[in-house]
Amino acid sequence: MTTATTPEKNKRESIVTISGLNKWFGDFHVLKNINLEVGKGEKVVVCGPSGSGKSTLIRCINRLETHQQGKIIVDGVELTNDVKRIDKIRRETGMLFQNFNLFPHMTVLENLTLSPIWIRKMPLKEARELAFHYLERVKIPDLANKYPGQCSGGQQQRIAIARCLCMSPKIMLFDEPTSALDPEMIKEVLDVMVDLASSGMTMICVTHEMGFARTVADRVVFMDTGEIVEANDPETFFNNPQYDRTALFLSQIINH
Amino acid sequence: MSETWIPSPSLPSPKLDSGYAGWVKNNLFSTPGNLLLTLLSIALLVLTVPPLLRWGILDATWLGDSRGVCDEAAQGGSTGACWVFVKVRWGVFLYGFYPLVERWRVNFTFFVLAVALFPLFAPILLGTTKRKMVLYLLAAITVLFWLGPIPATFIACYLFAPFALDRLLQGKPFLELFGNQVVAVLTGIGSALLVGVISYYGIFLYLDEKAAGAIGLTALVLTLFLLFISRLTASGWHWVFLFTVYPVFAFFMLVGDIFGLPLVETHFWGGLFLTLVVAGSGMATALPIGILLALGRRSDLPVIKVLCVSFIEFVRGVPLVSVLFMASVMFPLFLPENVTFNKLLRALVGIAFFYAAYMAEVIRGGLQAIPKGQYEAAMALGWPYWKMMSLIIIPQTLRLVIPGLANNFLSLLKDTTLVAVIGLLDLLGVAKASMADKEWLGFTKEAYIFAAIVFWIFCFAISRYSVYLEKTYHPSHQ
Ligand SMILES: Nc1ncnc2c1ncn2[C@@H]1O[C@H](COP(=O)(O)OP(=O)(O)OP(=O)(O)O)[C@@H](O)[C@H]1O
Ligand SMILES: [Mg+2]
Repeated sequence: MTTATTPEKNKRESIVTISGLNKWFGDFHVLKNINLEVGKGEKVVVCGPSGSGKSTLIRCINRLETHQQGKIIVDGVELTNDVKRIDKIRRETGMLFQNFNLFPHMTVLENLTLSPIWIRKMPLKEARELAFHYLERVKIPDLANKYPGQCSGGQQQRIAIARCLCMSPKIMLFDEPTSALDPEMIKEVLDVMVDLASSGMTMICVTHEMGFARTVADRVVFMDTGEIVEANDPETFFNNPQYDRTALFLSQIINH
Repeated sequence: MSETWIPSPSLPSPKLDSGYAGWVKNNLFSTPGNLLLTLLSIALLVLTVPPLLRWGILDATWLGDSRGVCDEAAQGGSTGACWVFVKVRWGVFLYGFYPLVERWRVNFTFFVLAVALFPLFAPILLGTTKRKMVLYLLAAITVLFWLGPIPATFIACYLFAPFALDRLLQGKPFLELFGNQVVAVLTGIGSALLVGVISYYGIFLYLDEKAAGAIGLTALVLTLFLLFISRLTASGWHWVFLFTVYPVFAFFMLVGDIFGLPLVETHFWGGLFLTLVVAGSGMATALPIGILLALGRRSDLPVIKVLCVSFIEFVRGVPLVSVLFMASVMFPLFLPENVTFNKLLRALVGIAFFYAAYMAEVIRGGLQAIPKGQYEAAMALGWPYWKMMSLIIIPQTLRLVIPGLANNFLSLLKDTTLVAVIGLLDLLGVAKASMADKEWLGFTKEAYIFAAIVFWIFCFAISRYSVYLEKTYHPSHQ
């Protein structure tokens, strides 16, 4: 177990601080003493074998899962059972899911404007302008009046990204956003994510797209059996892993 | 060396036999078994339809206004139905024993309801073929003539003005000129004014100026107040109106004893009118209560969960008749001496909660079909529970359970006949009472068949409406 420290920690103000985090599903110890600090604007890629607790970890950050021990501080607010704090943190964070989870009974435009209107109390006109702005940014403005069911997987995931951005989050969490997609669509989603990264968004990203990790990540975190095995800059992580477990994992996903 | 790859062209799908002949060949006579079934069905139709037609229409007695006409016809050897019986009792079948001179109040109340519901049915009525349009127009004209020219004008205003206003103000030029919020406010105020003015003139026709002014003003202020608290646009306004202002309005209108309207006690209510009151308020209250019960049953709070589960299981375990009996006989025992609850009200509450329990289970089935991801996406976007439920989860759920809910609505409508057990005379009750009339003994068939036809018309309408909803919200359209 290594403490995941930021190499240039002193340079960045931290926005997510996780310390001594432990979580159990019943008797099953799914997260074991996790310590992770993410700086403002930092891009962290989390990888690891299936069942290692990656999803659980990032779902703890916006309280889709509750933790039993340890501290999670997001943008200066500590996560507790207090509903107000949870709401506040959820408004600061956007999350992308493997299955997109768009609202199927609404058009794409409604998907994008609903939350700004009802949660941020934005006037409809402004919300629409915002929606079109982000639809253009993810390069699908012509889909505004379609229903999610009429869009391809890659398009749906880009819509989901735009939907998050409409709430102007400070932190974006990605849970394997491309693993349900065909290779041709993976690229269009990754392009949007790279673009987002270059805009200075803080990103915590569970993914097995190692190309993305190499080019975009400031740090790669490797998890196994609920622990952070190692966390390093991509250069060191890929070329000079410190543990044999990491090397084994890398050899498996790179040669598969 | 690589070559350019050319995709093959798409071919049209193979044609089946088309036209009537093709359909007949494919569906009626395709196999010996089908042939046999077709022949049997034809034989059955030949055996049953002509006698029915003869009894119900050709040989039936339509004209006249007393029993004598039918008796004469019967002596003349005719075996047809005596529709004079229904004609003479028409008023009682429709209104029960609601006083003759006050019946306009019932008409007016239902007319306002029809107007408030109009936007729900507008797409069906307006978006159809020309032939159907002509039919609707004819029906509308008939109704208008029946009501007289002045009410007809108001109906036209009431029907089309809020609708036109909504269309007009939501149009592009206005939206661009004023922005969305101003348009919403304008539409709201416009609707409120319309409601006020139309109520004023509507009442003015029947009552003195003072009463009309008071009612018109009340309607206006109430609507404005509602708009203020709900920040709704015209389309949502109809719902708020239906669930808040309308019940109050209908209550005062039908019961009276206010604004110079004479009191009409509920034991005078009856016939189709009573059936629709019981069914309508039952449907309008059972669905929201059902939704709440379904949510409660899935709640994380043990107290709420246990309460909802036991309520649902208790209600589903007893027949409606016994719920009605309990409501009318046992319930008063728990009340202090001098507190009395109206019998009709008790029946309404009983039916609403009874059907709420059934609807809760239908809705729960729908809730279970909503993927967990929908909740997670909404929560991750910062949606609090009730907002998430009412805007994201429940709308999806209701779309899924339309057939089940339609089923419940249909049986609710038919179960209103059970109020007979506590002495309320709904349509069927009135029909039965009419059979017992000494002057009109022996017309059981006519009474039952008339009641059946009326029920069938309403049930069929519900069923068609649910089919329409299903088509509109079918996933393949989305
Ligand atoms: N709600 C739950 N109840 C019980 N156990 C769970 C629950 N959710 C996850 N688990 C278990 O916790 C472990 C970690 O799950 P998690 O989804 O975080 O893994 P993961 O690293 O994201 O894997 P994958 O790559 O397959 O998505 C798994 O063994 C899983 O079976
Ligand atoms: Mg996962």
